[in-house]
Amino acid sequence: MSDTQPAIVLDKVNKWYGPMHVLRDVTTTVGQKEKVVVCGPSGSGKSTLIRCINRLETHQQGRIIVDGTELTDDLRALDTIRRDVGMVFQSFNLFPHLTILENCTLAPIWVRKMPKDEAEALAMDLLTRVKIPEQAKKYPGQLSGGQQQRVAIARALCMKPKIMLFDEPTSALDPEMIKEVLDTMIGLAEEGMTMVCVTHEMGFARQVADRVIFMDRGEIVESGSPHEMFESPQTDRLKLFLSQILRGH
Amino acid sequence: MSATVSTKLERERPPALTVGPAAWLRSNLFNNWWSTAVTLALGYLLVRWVVGFVDWGILHAVWSVPSKGPGIADTSACQAAKGIGACWAIINDKWRFIIFGRYTFDDQWRPAISIVLFVGLYVVSAMRRFWRWELGLIWLVTLTIIFVLMWGGVLGMEYVPQDQWGGLPITFILSTFGLAAAFPLAILVALGRRSTQLPAVRVLCVVYVELVRGVPLISFLFMASTLFPLFMPVGFNPDKLLRAQIAVILFAAAYLAEIVRGGLQALPKGQYEAADSLGLSYWHKMGFIILPQALRLVIPPLVNTFIGFFKDTSLVLIIGIYDLLSAGKIALGEPAWQPYGTEIYLVVGGIYFVCCYTMSRYSRGLEVEFNRSIRR
Repeated sequence: MSDTQPAIVLDKVNKWYGPMHVLRDVTTTVGQKEKVVVCGPSGSGKSTLIRCINRLETHQQGRIIVDGTELTDDLRALDTIRRDVGMVFQSFNLFPHLTILENCTLAPIWVRKMPKDEAEALAMDLLTRVKIPEQAKKYPGQLSGGQQQRVAIARALCMKPKIMLFDEPTSALDPEMIKEVLDTMIGLAEEGMTMVCVTHEMGFARQVADRVIFMDRGEIVESGSPHEMFESPQTDRLKLFLSQILRGH
Repeated sequence: MSATVSTKLERERPPALTVGPAAWLRSNLFNNWWSTAVTLALGYLLVRWVVGFVDWGILHAVWSVPSKGPGIADTSACQAAKGIGACWAIINDKWRFIIFGRYTFDDQWRPAISIVLFVGLYVVSAMRRFWRWELGLIWLVTLTIIFVLMWGGVLGMEYVPQDQWGGLPITFILSTFGLAAAFPLAILVALGRRSTQLPAVRVLCVVYVELVRGVPLISFLFMASTLFPLFMPVGFNPDKLLRAQIAVILFAAAYLAEIVRGGLQALPKGQYEAADSLGLSYWHKMGFIILPQALRLVIPPLVNTFIGFFKDTSLVLIIGIYDLLSAGKIALGEPAWQPYGTEIYLVVGGIYFVCCYTMSRYSRGLEVEFNRSIRR
């Protein structure tokens, strides 16, 4: 892999749920180490879009190339991509029957074939980075939402991914816990991770995003730097969206 | 000052007794005239019944009878007590037949050890600290010893053909092997039925489950005993017990598969997606993430089905295999003992109850334990 090659290429991606056209000719490129924030009203297809990047959803038309590998029905290509793309979900999706440490080490041990000691050391390292090493032996149900989401980030990072996808990581959190998760994400961004985040946190977008993509009704309506997007929106749809977001906050 | 304090204390005293046995009785059994009447009527019946049972089963019971000659019991004492006292003498006389069936009398220590081994195996398997891969090895070794003991023919033990086996070992063999083999099969069928990648496998699993569920176990056993040999090559004729065993396995697996499928469907989609997003393979995902959670969710219906099948093994009676229940029935065939079925069925029922109630209590304990360590 060369540094000049883009991390993610989306080329005229289309998807339908039955008769509903949820992604319309989505075309964009995410460069190495680029931080992209995807926003838009609910039902705009932003979650569907990032879920297509690691094929939790399948696209029906167009091409998705992740780190030089095209997403097709080829399972081996899919394995490679999923190994290199980490994902954080809105509802955390930790494994409730495993301890925090086991949540983090399972995939490195079985997918990366890492020795157990090494995986545990790595996991403890990352749990320290998200500031909860003392919870390692607990079960997810014993942690607060914010702590669970930080574990979910650590779990994804344990696979040493090249790209991280965030699907509304703070939407299910109580307000006082949002900051701790955002701080973790900002730290990650500063270390140079390639990130695609679906989020409504405009403060976060301003602070870390290289580019903001605004989606509505399955298509990319506008994209640009956070400054351009928030200060001088070009389309009425973005203006309306921004006014609603700001009123909500 | 002191007067105010004391009134205050009086006011804070509870209005009436709300705890303790007397309060419980009042609020549950005698809280109005109607419930008092029901309590008294049912209490009267209960006392009558218990007194009657003690009278019949203990006070007027005949515990043993003299023998009229070799193998022939003199049941005149039982006949005299008919209607007044129980004839436990039949149990005294027949218990070995009920437990061991027609197994060679002098060799009945072998099935006796087998029963002990089965119980030991259940106890060890029930303890969570033994839940390691070595447990599989223990099962293999124990079951092999049981079969060596039962068959004989080696180590100076006389060969005892399978059609002489009977009683409790048959019940244990059929249910243990039945469920131990049906359970993994059921998991595969349940996974197959939910497979999106392999439509052919899915159709196969659906057809299997629907076919088996649509046919009564009895006809399945008949098919195994009469139809199955017709399709087999000449000379290959597995014995009756094995055929019944296969029928029980295939039958139980279909039911268990549907329960497991229920557990798979009950898990949130996010668990599947999280496992996928980490790059776990299908079998790792199922083995580490999905099945451990799904199976915990379905412990109550699983144990319900286990208990059902434990009792359903008694249906092998109709193809001439003598499990616990049928051995009891045959013990009644002797003319002198014919009138004393109640006593036999009470004892056999008691053995079934102990086994089933143990399973039920164990599953309750397991649920509590799992809930304590996980979802808090």
